[in-house]
Amino acid sequence: MENTEKMIRTAHGSERVLAPRAGKLGKGGGKWKATVRGLFLPVLIVGIWQMVGSLGFVSPTLLPTPLEIAEAFVQLTLSGELLAHLKISVVRASIGFLLGGGLGLLFGLLVGFFNKAEQSLDPTFQMIKTIPHLAVLPLFILWFGFGELSKILLIAKGAFFPIYLNTFLGIRGVDSRLFEVARVLEFSRLQLITKLIVPAALPNILLGVRLSLGIAWLGLVVAELMGSSEGIGYMITDARQFSQTAIVFVGIIIFAVVGKITDSFVRFLENRLLKWRDNYKGEGTMA
Amino acid sequence: MTTSNVLQVSSLSKTFEKPQGKVHVLADLNFQVEPGEFITIIGPSGCGKSTLLKIIAGLDVHYQGSVTLGHAKIDKPGRRQGFIFQEHRLFPWLTVEKNIAADLSLKDPEVRAKVDALISTVRLQGFENAYPRELSGGMSQRVAIARALLRNPEILLLDEPFGALDAFTRNHLQNVLLDIWQQNKTTMILVTHDIDESIYLANRVLIMDAKPGRISRIVPVDLPYPRKRSSSGFQAIRQKVMQEFEQVEHMRRVER
Repeated sequence: MENTEKMIRTAHGSERVLAPRAGKLGKGGGKWKATVRGLFLPVLIVGIWQMVGSLGFVSPTLLPTPLEIAEAFVQLTLSGELLAHLKISVVRASIGFLLGGGLGLLFGLLVGFFNKAEQSLDPTFQMIKTIPHLAVLPLFILWFGFGELSKILLIAKGAFFPIYLNTFLGIRGVDSRLFEVARVLEFSRLQLITKLIVPAALPNILLGVRLSLGIAWLGLVVAELMGSSEGIGYMITDARQFSQTAIVFVGIIIFAVVGKITDSFVRFLENRLLKWRDNYKGEGTMA
Repeated sequence: MTTSNVLQVSSLSKTFEKPQGKVHVLADLNFQVEPGEFITIIGPSGCGKSTLLKIIAGLDVHYQGSVTLGHAKIDKPGRRQGFIFQEHRLFPWLTVEKNIAADLSLKDPEVRAKVDALISTVRLQGFENAYPRELSGGMSQRVAIARALLRNPEILLLDEPFGALDAFTRNHLQNVLLDIWQQNKTTMILVTHDIDESIYLANRVLIMDAKPGRISRIVPVDLPYPRKRSSSGFQAIRQKVMQEFEQVEHMRRVER
């Protein structure tokens, strides 16, 4: 379901343009081939879905056809509604992520470096980690109201832990033999952090960022579904009340697509920053 | 870079406390290394030769006796004592030139010039921007040597640096090391388990004995460089070293 947005676009024929090129392009062709391979299943599902809907097997209130969803998408886009909702959602998720992720990185570094910080802080964090969003939501609303603050804090709470945990793990996983090198080269304390520990922990930190971004989006859904007057989550709740199932689908697809885009961005960062790594990339990859 | 700093090792001992009792890793070592010497240390495994090297490097400070370089006691690692490990231990996220510079900035023209000069010394031109994963074992070890040399150490300590390399690469790197030694006059102390390597490089071979670790003999090698492994002079010294080893073996059997 996640890729429905893409499916719709390719269902309109762009995929057919790409396919014949695939064979001739060499390296680039390999990339297209991989894309086509990834699209095959979604396109098939969408095709069957459209057929089932068009033939009238399922009520459109329960499951609108892909074309109806596309129509709703176009309408929402043209009226500017979608963009407005999306904007507010993105702002909330970003602030929440920056707050939670930033604190996660900070405390992850702190707890990773200092044993005393680990002993005094980590048990508390581990306890807070196990509390689900839905359990603290009533408290957050009680304390901070229905406004932006409680939403952002909820998102931040979710985004905090993956970065915190992975930064900590990354620091503790640094090859101790390299510390000996740092001693021989007389690294200062600051250099030890900036030249050895952070670069060595970077793969884990970026993994934490990826997971945190995903959780920030999940937190956003919970926050917006619980009560708000704007945002993609609100758009979904509102549409559900009026049985506009197609709009519900548009909302879900938007969540999926934006989630995928942010994930791709971090992967892009990973490829740039971690190109020194020499890891197993799976069978049958190209170069 | 010549300095009049003598390395002085006096009544150096090191013991481990183990449940079975005290284990003497090193027992009463005494020797002195003049600036510009090339010393190789050879001995059976467990004779404490690597431990000795780590003590001189300042990486291991739990010992009795005294180790001084010039007038200063060695009690921590530092740039005066460069160290090459058996594995290259490069930073995998840095390119060759950045690994050599390590904590220093390549934007500093002085560092830049030195790094460039070292890259040509260890014959790695064209690989400045390669990552360690793209290098062979011998190339990586050459980067590690360049990294140590950039800091102008008074003494370069090498812990079986070529042990993991194939014979051809090893010979090549031995020559690279000799070139560097003759150019820079850096004092070298190299630990090895390869008798030929120890004679090929050193002007004095320190033979160690195990349990307790002590120096059983110091063999001077008065052969001109470059040496030929097949020459009769080389073979004569080889004979001498072998005999020393056999004697040690024999003594140990008699003691049992």
